[in-house]
Amino acid sequence: MEIVCFGLSHHTAPVDLRERFAIADGEAAELTARLKAAPGVGEAVIVSTCNRVEFYVAAEEQAAALAAVEAFLVTRAASADREHFFQHSTAQSVRHLFRVVSGIDSMVLGETEILGQVKKAYAAAQAAGATSKHLNKLFQRAFNVAKDVRTNTNITRGSVSVGSVAVELSEKIFGRLADCRVMILGAGEMSELTAGALQARGVKTIFVANRSHDRAVVLAEKMNGKAVRFDDWAREIHDVDILIGSTAAPHHVLTAAQLAPVMRTRADRPLFCIDLAVPRDIEPAVNDLDGVYLYDIDSLQAIAEQSMNTRRQEIAVCEQMIERHALEFGEWLAGGWTAAGVRYSTVVSGGAET
Amino acid sequence: MERLFLILSTFCFLFGFAYTMHSLGARVYRPSRGNFFAILGGFSCQTAFLYLRGERIGRCPLTSLFEVIVFLAWAMVLFYLLIGSAYRLSLLGAFTSPLVFVFQFIALLALKDSPVRIDLTPNPWMELHAAISIIAYGAFALACVAGVMYLTQERQLKSHHIHSIFYRLPPIRDLAVANGRLILAGFGLLTVGIFAGLMIGGLHTHAVKIAWSIGVWLLYGIIFALHKGHRLSARRVAWLSVAAFSAVLVTLSGITFITAAPSY
Repeated sequence: MEIVCFGLSHHTAPVDLRERFAIADGEAAELTARLKAAPGVGEAVIVSTCNRVEFYVAAEEQAAALAAVEAFLVTRAASADREHFFQHSTAQSVRHLFRVVSGIDSMVLGETEILGQVKKAYAAAQAAGATSKHLNKLFQRAFNVAKDVRTNTNITRGSVSVGSVAVELSEKIFGRLADCRVMILGAGEMSELTAGALQARGVKTIFVANRSHDRAVVLAEKMNGKAVRFDDWAREIHDVDILIGSTAAPHHVLTAAQLAPVMRTRADRPLFCIDLAVPRDIEPAVNDLDGVYLYDIDSLQAIAEQSMNTRRQEIAVCEQMIERHALEFGEWLAGGWTAAGVRYSTVVSGGAET
Repeated sequence: MERLFLILSTFCFLFGFAYTMHSLGARVYRPSRGNFFAILGGFSCQTAFLYLRGERIGRCPLTSLFEVIVFLAWAMVLFYLLIGSAYRLSLLGAFTSPLVFVFQFIALLALKDSPVRIDLTPNPWMELHAAISIIAYGAFALACVAGVMYLTQERQLKSHHIHSIFYRLPPIRDLAVANGRLILAGFGLLTVGIFAGLMIGGLHTHAVKIAWSIGVWLLYGIIFALHKGHRLSARRVAWLSVAAFSAVLVTLSGITFITAAPSY
């Protein structure tokens, strides 16, 4: 039995091409069933995300499987520019799927969303009756590989964007964010995005203060929060846990001298200051106060970059783990031997295709 | 026989110690079931040691510095098992294992252990005073561990130098809460211990120990009061919990030597 992977991804095709072939969740099961019914196709799974559209097919003959997928693609788009597509035969397909679910092949290295997307695609294929012995085994093995890689390496370690770093730090300071109160100073796009990310992780109370009060009201309504007059924000800070600064002020809006008396009344309650403004809104000396943690845009970016470096350093370890799993799967698939009588593990490790 | 249990227990905590070092070195720390069971196994062996030692000497096994150190290590693990999971502080166990291992290792190698059976009927107030007080010190020891974890986390947050351990340590606010509650638990227990001490009778023979206990009680009482009164930041409470317990450890050994156990 051959397993073929044919498709395009962010490595090979621009977004305008990827979107032409993208498959909506609602039609995934039906299209997978249609592909499975094509001549020469034994089993099929279609993985479609914003960064990739991939067809996994189990078939007796590789050529027939590829022909079926190409014929299927022609029904989806008028012309398929062949140079943007990749095709893998058995050993490479297995390795490729294991890399994809582990987040190694993702645009953002180590991201975890892809595993859920592949699980969804597999569930749709199962529901359509398009999978059987080989792809069931392959995908279940892939999910185990993803778990193994994530558990035993640092490939998902840390956050790699400014917003997610801010959220992660908040969780490391406060634990549960549901009880945290957030104040946004300056209704800019970055502060809105960061507050939105915090809201997605459980924050319920958001105050917005802006020099233009109307703009504060609009953003507060959008975020289900409360607008505060800019002249009054300092009075509200006693009850705030996370302060996001992103005003266009040319000077510090919050100084250590202003904050010190506030912190003395809340010894047990930390304050996390996220300064996204340039020039900065919050005086750096604020970080010297007990219980105050100040991060500006550079320090958040530095942590994001550090996390990305950590992940890059893990790639080699991940690849080794994936290789081991790929060999084990190959042994199972070929019953230990390829049709030509060559031991599968030798073929794979030699880089040849079966 | 009981010494064998203590050696076994020390090996269990050595496993916890080695696991923690290995995990931190490999930059991938996972709360492990193996580590938890090692701690549980170590605790069971400690309990067996203390029970057998108590049977042998005919009283609560707190008659020498050796026994006091083992009892203290046992109390620390007891508090970890009681509060570790409640506060989602799985790493507290990882930090506790090395400390308990060091305590027991030093006790086994460096401290004299020559248990003698005393046939005089033990004074129950004295037994209660000693046992409850040492359990209170166990709570203070764990507060010290939580304090170290807090300061580790705080330093990284302040300096913006985030290391891999940062992602494995609990949130800093949870550590501050756990620290405060452990100090409160220790303070409450020590209050009971001192009350029992005052009920012993013939106070002059134990005056040094009781006075020392009252000194420790006052020290933690002041820390607790200042903390509750918002006069101390969580960071300072963490520093004080480390400094206070270090002082307790140093003076505990001194007091035990001065009073030349067994004293009851």
